[in-house]
Amino acid sequence: MTYHANEKGYYGEFGGAFIPEMLYPNCEELRHNYIQIMEEPSFKEEFDQLLKDYVGRPTPLYFAKRLSEKYGTKIYLKREDLCHTGAHKVNNTIGQILMAKKLGKNRIIAETGAGQHGVATATVCALMGIECIVYMGEVDIARQAPNVARMKMLGAQVRPALSGSRTLKDATNEAIRDWINNPVDTHYIIGSVVGPHPYPDMVARFQSVISAEIKWQLMEKEGRENPDYVVACVGGGSNAAGTYFHYLDNPDVGIIAVEAAGKGVNSGESAATSALGKIGIIHGSKTLLMQTNDGQITEPYSISAGLDYPGVGPMHAHLFKSGRGEFISVTDDEAMTAGLEMAQLEGIIPAIETSHAFAIFDHRKFDKDDVVVVNLSGRGDKDLDTYIDYFKL
Amino acid sequence: MQAEGKLLSIYFTAGYPSLEDTVKIIQDLEKSGIDMIEIGLPFSDPLADGPTIQESSTKAIKNGMTSKILFDQLKDIRESVSIPLLIMGYFNPMLQYGVEAFCKKCQETGIDGLIIPDLPVDVYHEQYQQVFEKYGLINVLLITPQTSDERIGFIDRVSKGFIYMVSSASVTGSGEGFGNAQTQYFERIDNMKLANPQIVGFGIKDSETFDQATKTSKGAIIGSAFIKHLTKFGVDSIASFVDSIR
Ligand SMILES: Cc1ncc(COP(=O)(O)O)c(C=O)c1O
Repeated sequence: MTYHANEKGYYGEFGGAFIPEMLYPNCEELRHNYIQIMEEPSFKEEFDQLLKDYVGRPTPLYFAKRLSEKYGTKIYLKREDLCHTGAHKVNNTIGQILMAKKLGKNRIIAETGAGQHGVATATVCALMGIECIVYMGEVDIARQAPNVARMKMLGAQVRPALSGSRTLKDATNEAIRDWINNPVDTHYIIGSVVGPHPYPDMVARFQSVISAEIKWQLMEKEGRENPDYVVACVGGGSNAAGTYFHYLDNPDVGIIAVEAAGKGVNSGESAATSALGKIGIIHGSKTLLMQTNDGQITEPYSISAGLDYPGVGPMHAHLFKSGRGEFISVTDDEAMTAGLEMAQLEGIIPAIETSHAFAIFDHRKFDKDDVVVVNLSGRGDKDLDTYIDYFKL
Repeated sequence: MQAEGKLLSIYFTAGYPSLEDTVKIIQDLEKSGIDMIEIGLPFSDPLADGPTIQESSTKAIKNGMTSKILFDQLKDIRESVSIPLLIMGYFNPMLQYGVEAFCKKCQETGIDGLIIPDLPVDVYHEQYQQVFEKYGLINVLLITPQTSDERIGFIDRVSKGFIYMVSSASVTGSGEGFGNAQTQYFERIDNMKLANPQIVGFGIKDSETFDQATKTSKGAIIGSAFIKHLTKFGVDSIASFVDSIR
C-alpha cells in the first residue's frame, strides 16, 4: 500500500486529469517529462543551490520549549516561515520555474488567492527574467493590496479574475483559460498540490524537501528520523504534502491535517473540505470538494485567505478516506487564539494559515514522550491587519 | 452562398435568460431551420468557456437551473421537436446526478448524445463508454489544432457519431476570425479521412466564419454569438439570428 501517486496520477480513487482536450498537450508534455527532468543531475544541482543560497534552506527545525512545556509533549517547529518571501510556497515556484526553463517556456502564468503564491511566482520570474502574469480574483485584489503591490514591484502583471465569485477558484479558472489560449510558450505554475496530474505529484515532490530535512534534523536532535506525528494546515495541501512526503508510507508516523472550519463546520461559512466535501471534479482533479447537491462548486470561507479553497489535493482526499490521516477542523477563533499564543510563548508571529495548525494542541492530547513536528508554513507579516482588527491591537 | 447539406448547430445555456426559456428556445431554433442543438447544462466553473458562456451559466444557476429541472423541462420535448438534441456540460454535475442515472434520463427524454469537455477520451473509454452505449447515447469528443494525429486516430475509433473540432487554441467566444493556421488545420483533418464526420466549434459567429468552417467539415456550432444575440434582442428574435448565418 502506498500513499504516493501512481503513474496515472491517482491516489487511491482520487486524482487523475479531467481536462478539456485543449489542455491535453500541455499536461501531457509535463507528465511525460517531469520526473525525468527532476532527476537530471543538472536540474537537481541548480534546484538545491537556489534553495540553499536564495531561499535560505535548510530551514531550522526548532524545539519549541515553552510551547512543549505548556502542552506536556515535545513540539518541534519546521521553520518554513524563514524561507525567502515568508512561506513554503517558494520551494515549489523555484522548482517549477526551472522546470519551465527546461521545457523551453518563456511565459509564466499563476493563480493566487491571498497573494502568497503570486508573490513567490513573481519572485522567481524576476530571478529568471521571465514574463509573469498572475490571475487574482477581483475581490482578493481589493483585500490583499500589499501583496498586489509586491507582485507589481517584482515586475509581474496582476490580472483580475472577474467571473464567478471573483476569488481563488475563479483565478484558477482564468489561469487555466489563459493556458488554453497559449498552449505552446506558456507554463502554468500551480500553487498547491491541486489541479490535473502531474501537478499534485510534481508540487508534492518539490515541497518534499521539508520532510527530507526534518528526517536528518530530527536525527541530530532526537537520535531518530521519525517523529510520532507530523502536523500541517491544509488549504490545497502543499505545505502538508511536503511535511508528510517521506513519512507517507511509514505507519509509525501519525499524519495530522488541520483544516479551516471558518465560523464552524456547520455554520455555512467554512472551508473544512474533508468534513463538508463530496467526491467530484475541480480544476481537473477528482477529489473531495465543497459543492451543492447538483454539483455546483460552492464558495468556502475562512479568516485565512490561504485556506479558503473549496477542494483539497487528491493526496489528502486519499489520506482522509483511507484513514491514514487524522483530519481536524479549527475555527477562525481557535486559530487566532493559537496564533497569539505562539507569538507570546515563542516569539514567532505565524501566518493565520499556520495558526490553524497550532490550534491542534487544544483539540488533541499528545503523550509526554511524543515528538510532534508542526510545519510552520509561513510568517504573519502579511496578516498583521487581520490580527490587528481581531485583537484590537 | 452556403453549400448544401452543411449542418448548422446552436449551443445555448439552459435556464438563460430566464429559467423557463429552455423549451421555447429549442422549438424556435428548430422552426428557424437549425439542424442540431446543444443544450448547455450550466456549471459554476466552466473551464473551457469564455466570458459570454460563463456569464450565461452563472445567471442560469442563479435562476435556479439544475440537472433535475432541465430534465423536467425536457420531459415532453420529443412531442414537438425532432432534430438531434445533445446536452453539453461539465462532468461534475453529471457525476453528482450519477452517470448512469444521467444517461438513463437522457435516453428517456430523447437526448441523442452528450458533449463533456472535461471528460477525456481515455477515461471515457475505460470507465463510461459502456454506460453511454447501453442507453444509446453518442459521446462527442473534442480535437484541437494541437491534438496529435495518433490521438485523433484514437478519438476517431472511440467516437460513434461525429467529432467536435475546436477551431483554434482558445476558449469559447473568442472573436478573432479564421486565418491561415485554421485553414491548414481544417485541411489536415480533412486529409486524415476520419470515419466520423467533423463539426467545427469555437469562434464561429457569423456567415463568413460559418462558411470558412464548413468548407471541409460537415457542419459548425455557434454558441457565444447566439447567446450574445439572446442577451441583446431577447428570446423572440431567434429567427433573425439564424437567417443572418444562412
Ligand atoms: C503560510 C501558508 N500556509 C499554508 C497555505 C495553504 O496552502 P497549502 O495547503 O497549499 O500549503 C498558504 C497559502 O497561501 C500559506 O500562505
